[in-house]
Amino acid sequence: MAAKTLTIDGKQISAFEGATLLQAAEEAGIKIPTLCHMEGVYDVSACRLCLVEVAGVSKLLPACTTRVSEGMEVTTDSERLRKYRRMILELLFAERNHVCAVCVSNGHCELQTLAWTHGMDHVRFDYRSPRWEVDNTHPRYGMDHNRCILCTRCVRACWHIEGAGTKNVSGRGVNSRIISDLNQPWGSSDTCTSCGKCVDACPTGALFSRGSSVGEMEHDRQKLEFIVTAREKKQWIA
Amino acid sequence: MIIDDLIEIATKERASRKKFTIRCCMAAGCMSSNSEAVKKGLETAVKEAGLDELVEVRGVGCMRLCCQGPLVQVDPAGALYERVAPEDAASVVGTVKGGQTQAQRGDPNSPFFTGQFSIVLANSGCVDPERIDSYIAADGYKALHEVLREMTPKEVVDEIIKSGLRGRGGAGFPTGLKWGTVAKTENSHKYVICNADEGDPGAFMDRSVLESDPHSVLEGMAIAAYAVGAAQGFIYVRAEYPLAISRLQTAIKQAKERGLLGSGIFESPFTFNIDLRIGAGAFVCGEETALMMSVEGKRGTPRPRPPFPAESGLWGCPTLINNVETFANVPSIVRKGADWFASIGTEKSKGTKVFALAGNITNTGLIEVPMGTSLRQIVENMGGGAPDGGSIKAVQTGGPSGGCIPAASLDTPVDYESLAKLGSIMGSGGMIVMDDTTRMVDVARFFMEFCMDESCGKCVPCRAGTVQMYHLLSKILARKATAVDLRKLEELCDMVRNTSLCGLGQTAPNPVLSTLRFFRNEYLELLGPEVHGPNGEANATPS
Repeated sequence: MAAKTLTIDGKQISAFEGATLLQAAEEAGIKIPTLCHMEGVYDVSACRLCLVEVAGVSKLLPACTTRVSEGMEVTTDSERLRKYRRMILELLFAERNHVCAVCVSNGHCELQTLAWTHGMDHVRFDYRSPRWEVDNTHPRYGMDHNRCILCTRCVRACWHIEGAGTKNVSGRGVNSRIISDLNQPWGSSDTCTSCGKCVDACPTGALFSRGSSVGEMEHDRQKLEFIVTAREKKQWIA
Repeated sequence: MIIDDLIEIATKERASRKKFTIRCCMAAGCMSSNSEAVKKGLETAVKEAGLDELVEVRGVGCMRLCCQGPLVQVDPAGALYERVAPEDAASVVGTVKGGQTQAQRGDPNSPFFTGQFSIVLANSGCVDPERIDSYIAADGYKALHEVLREMTPKEVVDEIIKSGLRGRGGAGFPTGLKWGTVAKTENSHKYVICNADEGDPGAFMDRSVLESDPHSVLEGMAIAAYAVGAAQGFIYVRAEYPLAISRLQTAIKQAKERGLLGSGIFESPFTFNIDLRIGAGAFVCGEETALMMSVEGKRGTPRPRPPFPAESGLWGCPTLINNVETFANVPSIVRKGADWFASIGTEKSKGTKVFALAGNITNTGLIEVPMGTSLRQIVENMGGGAPDGGSIKAVQTGGPSGGCIPAASLDTPVDYESLAKLGSIMGSGGMIVMDDTTRMVDVARFFMEFCMDESCGKCVPCRAGTVQMYHLLSKILARKATAVDLRKLEELCDMVRNTSLCGLGQTAPNPVLSTLRFFRNEYLELLGPEVHGPNGEANATPS
C-alpha cells in the first residue's frame, strides 16, 4: 500500500493510502473527539464531533470518513472547532434527560467525559425534558431512551458484529428512537440473541445490564474490538 | 420502431386533428376545481350538438394560470375561458358556431402569458399527457433517435456541456460535467435516477411537468442513459403526487409498447428501462444520497459525500441523478442545438427556469421565464402584484433552504449567482410572494418548524439544533426573548449550517439568516429587556 504524507496540527506524518484522517491522527498520537465512531463497525459521521479543518476546503470534514490525501493540511483543534464541539455537546445534553448523578454510567460515560474535557460546565440551551420510556422487558438488559444520543452504535454492533439485526431506528428527527425488531418490547424480540454487544457498544447509560446501580455500569468496549480483530485479521489480541 | 414509424405516427396524429380543438386542463390544480366534470361536459356537448367531425376535446396538462382554473381554450380562435363550470360546457362548445357563452373570458395576451418563454413547458397545455402519439406529433422522441443513430455518447455529453445547462434541482451544478463524470467511470452497471421528490412548501413545478408532459422526462432520461452508459433508470416520485405517478405509469407503458423503452431502441444496441420508486413522505429523501438509500429499500438517511453518486451511488454503482426539470430540458437541447440553448439566459445561467408562483400574489400559477428575468418582471408584471391593493414585502425562493428577498431588491435578475448573493438560492423553483401583512419572524419559524419535522435525526446539529432554533423563534414571537436569545439563535444558525451532515441541515438556517439580514428590526421589536440574575449574568428568561 502506498503511503501518503500529510500535516496534522503542524505535525508531518505519513499514513497508508485509504486510511481515514481519524486513523492517521491516532497513529500520530493526536486525539480527535468522537462519539458515534466505534472500532469494528463502519462509520456514519453522525455526531459531527470529529469535524476538522482542511486547508483549501471551505467545508469542515468529518475525520472518521475522510480519507488521507497527499499534502493535506489538517487542523483538528481551533477556537471555531472547540466552539462547535461544545455546542454539539450542549445540544445533546439539552435534547434528552442526562442526569449524571443518578445514571448507571456515571463516571464511565463517554458523553460525560467529552463534556468534561471540553469544558462544558453548563448548558445554555433550554432543556427539552422529553418524556421517554424505559424498556425493562429483556431479562438481562435494559434500555433507557432518556439517556440515548442516537449514535446508532448499538444498531451497527447488532447488525454487523452479531449479525442479529434486532436493533434499528424508527421515527425521524427528535422523535427518532432505537427499537427492537418491529418496534416491540425488547423482551419479546425473536431475533435478539442476548449477546449484549449493543450494551457494550453504548457510549452512555442508555443500554445497561439489569441490576446495575448508579455508576456501576461499565461498558466493555475491548470485547467488541477483540471479536472484530479476531474475525477479520485472525489475531487473538486481548 | 425506426424513424419512418415515428414519422408515420406523427403524420397520422396530425392528420386526425379536427377543425376546432377545445383544450381542457387536466393537471392537478384544475382537477381539484372540477375540470374532470368540465371535460366530460364538453365531450357530451360536442356529441349532442353533432359536432363530432369538427371538434376535438383534448385533455391537456397545466395551462399555467392555476388560480383561475378550470381553464379551457378554444382553438384556432385562441379564446381562453377561466373558472369554467360544467354548466358552461354547452355554451363554450357553441362558440365554435358563433354562439355566446357566459363563461368568464381570460386574456391570453396578458403579461402573465406573453412574458413566458417555453422550453420545459413547451408541450404543457398542448399535448395530451396520457397519449404518447400526441407527444410524438410534437416532435417527441426525435431527439432520442438523433442521439442513438447519429451521435456518440461523448458527443451527447459535449453537447450538454456546450449548452451550459445547470441542475434545476437547486444547487445548479453543471449538468454536462456530471454526465461526463458518470460516463468516464468504467463500471458495467450504471444507473440513471430522476429526482421527482419535490417537497418544498409552495413548489409544484416538477409535479406539473410530470402531469403535463411525462414523455419529455422519459426521453431526457433515455438520452442521459445513452450518454453515460446506463441500462436502468429510476424515477423517485413522492406518493403525494398520485396523478403524476399514474401518468408516468401510463407513459412508461406506452413507451414500452412503442419500443421507445426496452431493448434495441430504434434498432440500435441501446437498452433502457425505467421503473418508478414511490417516496414514503420524507422530505429528506430529495437529498440525493438519502434518495438512493430509499430506492435501495433502506431507511432514507443521507450519507457523507464523497464518494459522490457519480462514482459510487445506487448499490455502489456509478449513478447519474438529475431533477425532473433538468431532464425535461434535454430533448429540446438535442433537437435545437446547444448554441440555441446557450443563447437564452445569462452568461452563467443558461436557458429558462420554471417557477411556481404562490402566496400573496394576484396570478398564482406556473411560469417559465428566461434566466436573468428580474424578480420585478415576474412578480409585479406577470404575477400582477399583491392582491387587494397590498404591497409586496418580500419574495421567498428556494423553500426551506432559501431566503427572503426584500422588495427593495426586486430588480435582481433571477440567476444562480445573483440569488446566492442575496442569501437565498434559486432552489427548485418555488416562489412565495409575501405582502405587508406578513410577519417575517413567523415566516422564519414556519420554515424552521418544517426543517425540524423533516430532519431525519441522523446528525446531531440538524436533529437537536433545529429544535432549539424553533424553540428560540417561538420564544421571540411570544415576546419572551431577550437579546441573549437572539445571540444564541445566531450562534446556532452558524453552527448548524457549518456542521450538519447534508443539505437539509446545512441550509435550514437560511430563512432565519436572510430575514435577520433584511428584517432585523422585526426581531428586535419583539425582544424584551435583558434581565440580570443575582450574580449579574444576563438571563435569557424574564419571569
